[in-house]
Amino acid sequence: MEWEVVIGLEIHVQLSTTTKIFSGASTAFGAEPNTQACAVDLALPGTLPVFNENALRMAVMFGLAVNAEIGKRSVFERKNYFYPDLPKGYQTTQLAEPIVGPGFVDIETEEGVQRRVRLHHAHLEEDAGKSLHEDFHGMSGIDLNRAGTPLVEIVSEPDMRSSKEAAAYARKIHAIVTTLGICDGNMAEGSMRCDCNVSVRPKGQEEYGTRTELKNINSFRFIERAIDTEVARQIDLIEDGGTVLQETRLYDPDKNQTRSMRSKEDANDYRYFPCPDLLPVVIDDSYIEAIRETLPELPDARRARFIEEYKLSDYDAGVLSGYSAQADYYEAVVKACGDTKLAANWVMGELAKYLNQNDTDIKQSPVSADQLGGLLERIKDDTISGNIAKKVFETMWTDGGSADEIIEAKGLKQVTDTGAIEKIVDDVIANADKQVEQYKAAEPEKRGKMLGFFMGQVMKATGGKANPGAVTGILKKKLDALCD
Amino acid sequence: MFDKTLAELAAGLRSGEFTSTELTKAWLERIKAEDSKYNSYITVTEEEALAQAKAADEAFAAGTAGPFTGLPIAHKDLFCTQGVRTSCASKMLDNFISPYDGTMVAKFKQAGAVMLGKTNMDEFAMGGSNESSYYGPARNPWDTDRVPGGSSGGSGAAVAARLAPAATGSDTGGSIRQPAALCGITGLKPTYGRVSRYGMVAFASSLDQIGPMAHTAEDCALMLNVMAGFDPMDSTSVDREVPDYTVTLNEPLTGLKIGLPKEYFTDTLDPQVAKKVRNAVAEFEKMGATVKEVSLPRTELSIPAYYIIAPAEASSNLSRFDGVRYGYRCEDPKDLEDMYKRSRGEGFGEEVKRRIMVGTYALCAGYYDAYYNKAQQIRRLIQQDFAKVLEEVDVIMAPTTPHPAFKLGEKNNDPVSMYMEDIYTLSLNLAGLPGMSVPCGLVNGLPVGLQIIGDHFAEAKLLNVAHQFQQATDWHKQAPAGI
Amino acid sequence: MSLDRSDVERIAHLARLQIDESDIPAYTENLSNILNLIDQMQQTDTSGVAPLANPLDAVQRLRADTVTETNQREALQKAAPAVEDGLFLVPKVIE
Repeated sequence: MEWEVVIGLEIHVQLSTTTKIFSGASTAFGAEPNTQACAVDLALPGTLPVFNENALRMAVMFGLAVNAEIGKRSVFERKNYFYPDLPKGYQTTQLAEPIVGPGFVDIETEEGVQRRVRLHHAHLEEDAGKSLHEDFHGMSGIDLNRAGTPLVEIVSEPDMRSSKEAAAYARKIHAIVTTLGICDGNMAEGSMRCDCNVSVRPKGQEEYGTRTELKNINSFRFIERAIDTEVARQIDLIEDGGTVLQETRLYDPDKNQTRSMRSKEDANDYRYFPCPDLLPVVIDDSYIEAIRETLPELPDARRARFIEEYKLSDYDAGVLSGYSAQADYYEAVVKACGDTKLAANWVMGELAKYLNQNDTDIKQSPVSADQLGGLLERIKDDTISGNIAKKVFETMWTDGGSADEIIEAKGLKQVTDTGAIEKIVDDVIANADKQVEQYKAAEPEKRGKMLGFFMGQVMKATGGKANPGAVTGILKKKLDALCD
Repeated sequence: MFDKTLAELAAGLRSGEFTSTELTKAWLERIKAEDSKYNSYITVTEEEALAQAKAADEAFAAGTAGPFTGLPIAHKDLFCTQGVRTSCASKMLDNFISPYDGTMVAKFKQAGAVMLGKTNMDEFAMGGSNESSYYGPARNPWDTDRVPGGSSGGSGAAVAARLAPAATGSDTGGSIRQPAALCGITGLKPTYGRVSRYGMVAFASSLDQIGPMAHTAEDCALMLNVMAGFDPMDSTSVDREVPDYTVTLNEPLTGLKIGLPKEYFTDTLDPQVAKKVRNAVAEFEKMGATVKEVSLPRTELSIPAYYIIAPAEASSNLSRFDGVRYGYRCEDPKDLEDMYKRSRGEGFGEEVKRRIMVGTYALCAGYYDAYYNKAQQIRRLIQQDFAKVLEEVDVIMAPTTPHPAFKLGEKNNDPVSMYMEDIYTLSLNLAGLPGMSVPCGLVNGLPVGLQIIGDHFAEAKLLNVAHQFQQATDWHKQAPAGI
Repeated sequence: MSLDRSDVERIAHLARLQIDESDIPAYTENLSNILNLIDQMQQTDTSGVAPLANPLDAVQRLRADTVTETNQREALQKAAPAVEDGLFLVPKVIE
């Protein structure tokens, strides 16, 4: 049987406010445990919440960026349940009247599949703390620094039909929130976390199959793998005559398996009701329009501009505009070197390779856009070849320094002096009788390919510094002269 | 000294008749000698009080003293006081030393007040008799076999027994006005949002309000001058100018329009109490006020609406007491769930557990619309009834309670009959209106309260009306036998 | 409206309250009585009436996004039943 996969995502985005959503404690990541958990965050008796204006502004920015209706009246509600990382015994969230109503984003997978994904809504809520399970004499330790960090939870409709679409959607949301500057996008630190609702149904069937929810996935790659794994499990299960249970499952990337979260099976009743310590948030058109004025260029617009202004391919423009920090970096390189295609190749190629290998975000790249731009300029003006540039880049990455400093220090400047090159070429030809004979014996149209050997020898002799264009010309001239 | 009002004590401090240290020592001595009869204090803060009194005397010497400098008061034990146990009369918080001062407490500190101690109350302010206190009931100074009312029963008893010149209280459904009535003192529940709730351990957030309890309306005005005002830490606090409540106390009441709600004068009301209230109203007529009958048709509905909203909010507000970050944790929990259930099961008393359960049930999926939402709708209807009446009259007058103080233990096993005693006070909290209780007579030797109700932010008017009554009568000067 | 034992047990579990077996009948009766009292309001027609959540129908005020709180861990953890390395300790959390 042919199966159709149905996926909806709930993405939690940590807003990059300075302080918590309801208290004046800092949200900075990585502090000592509980040093950023104030009396309000600890839910000390008698403490009360006051709403952070920046969290509101950021949520509205997001809503505008995804073509959504903005809730002119939104209401915080309490979701009641007990958990040690939830100090008040309820999470303050929004349910019936969220800040962001229905909207949509357009996505495109690497294979070029395009789709419009509808957003059901997005709401503001507070993050919980963390339970640390290292062994404290058989107990768990609770760190509440994260408690009260503002989140926007973005709930999609079940509009995605493959794991690739789900990942593309998550990437698009990532691109939007980082472009807006409302989230640092650092998935490893949990700044963006994904719950995937996954079900399968026979192709052509109208109603949805039973879905499972995959919790807390924190990379695009894991979104794809977790969904693929879960889809395979569901199909196997159904084809073996079983039924899918509606449940929450956890993806284990090491085993590439999903497993049921037993502790969540205990049916809860969250007893939502409007939080009486907070009042309805009411905003008007002028507030919304003032925020609209401040919106930066969004990923879709930037992509279109990259194609138009920089003459990039659809694919390159899509990749480069997909992450705002990368797009910013790319544009800075273009500004420094003036070559849009060379800049694109290097940002998506060599730089991306190093960032990946070192698990580094482009914002923390040890090679700045100016440094890279300087390097590309030296390729353009034939000071160095592309291959030498890679060596310079490696030095730049590990030891720092400008392209010119490295080229100078290491004596990598390209040899363009034709006299010097001619001398080396003569030496190479004089010491390669066999290859010269073969060259002379070959059909004239095949001779071009035979230049490679001589080229290699010249480069070897010059330590790669000879200008490849000049070498080719001289070699051809001298060898062809021997053939006459 | 012990029969003086705050205003009189303030005058004595200013004239140098006594120092704050002398005053404070005298009150502390009296508490030590007498409170075993009334159990009105949970904690007496002698050291802090003497330090504050010393600072007050220095302020007088330096010429920096304000109107409240050096005046001793007591705080209900659900207001967070830095470095001092804040127990809410619960085993749950028996060991809780608050690391911070609530806004109202801080304002009194700033004003130079002296804190004598923390007063007894119903556990987490849930009750109308003070019998749910983990520390045992406070007793009514007029008859120690009777309840002082609740939940601010310790504050009521302490002021009535002259163990504090005045005290703070909180009122979620009558918890200032009812003990004030039953103890023969004056109490004011301000408009919702007038006094910051930051640092008041929440019972029902949308109903809770802090207010003064003292012998006179003038003293309440002095206290409200300190307590009232906008607080950026409380989202429900109102950003609205605070008048000087003492300057309008003496305005004449000629032409004052008084409404008497017919629904408050029914069979539920003890006829002797009714008589005292009507006599009080007659006093106002002598002063030139006019009286008319008005109708608050949904009065009875305030009980069911209140007993949904208050427990629902409380069930959620009290979830933070989980034994993780502060408060009681059971011995040797075998796992997380056991820790939650036993810490809460052992840490909370019966009435608190009962209300948490009612509230939990009312908020469950499937009951939300029928209970919580319905109660909030009725709440609006009740508010509309008041609004309509308050367009016709300046103040509404009514009994504070249907009966004088009942006996300890009398209603212990019947929560519903206890709840019915709140019938005249609950609706003000639902509507967010201010109300006062003023002593207006004795029935069988027990005090009875006249309730004065006004429009939102009409505290100055209520205090003016009550003060004029106290200029014409001396019910507020009566003291229990032996005091 | 009257509750039975299983309702009381379910509510007590949701509210994480340990209730003695012997107290369940009393709770059942008391809660049922309270619910009966509350049920009086069901006769009132409230269709079209907006619920009143805040007595002043006020709206939320906003707080500036600036840090006002400093690290007070030591003072704030004094009241904690069990603390180690700055963490609040609880019986093992199982996910």
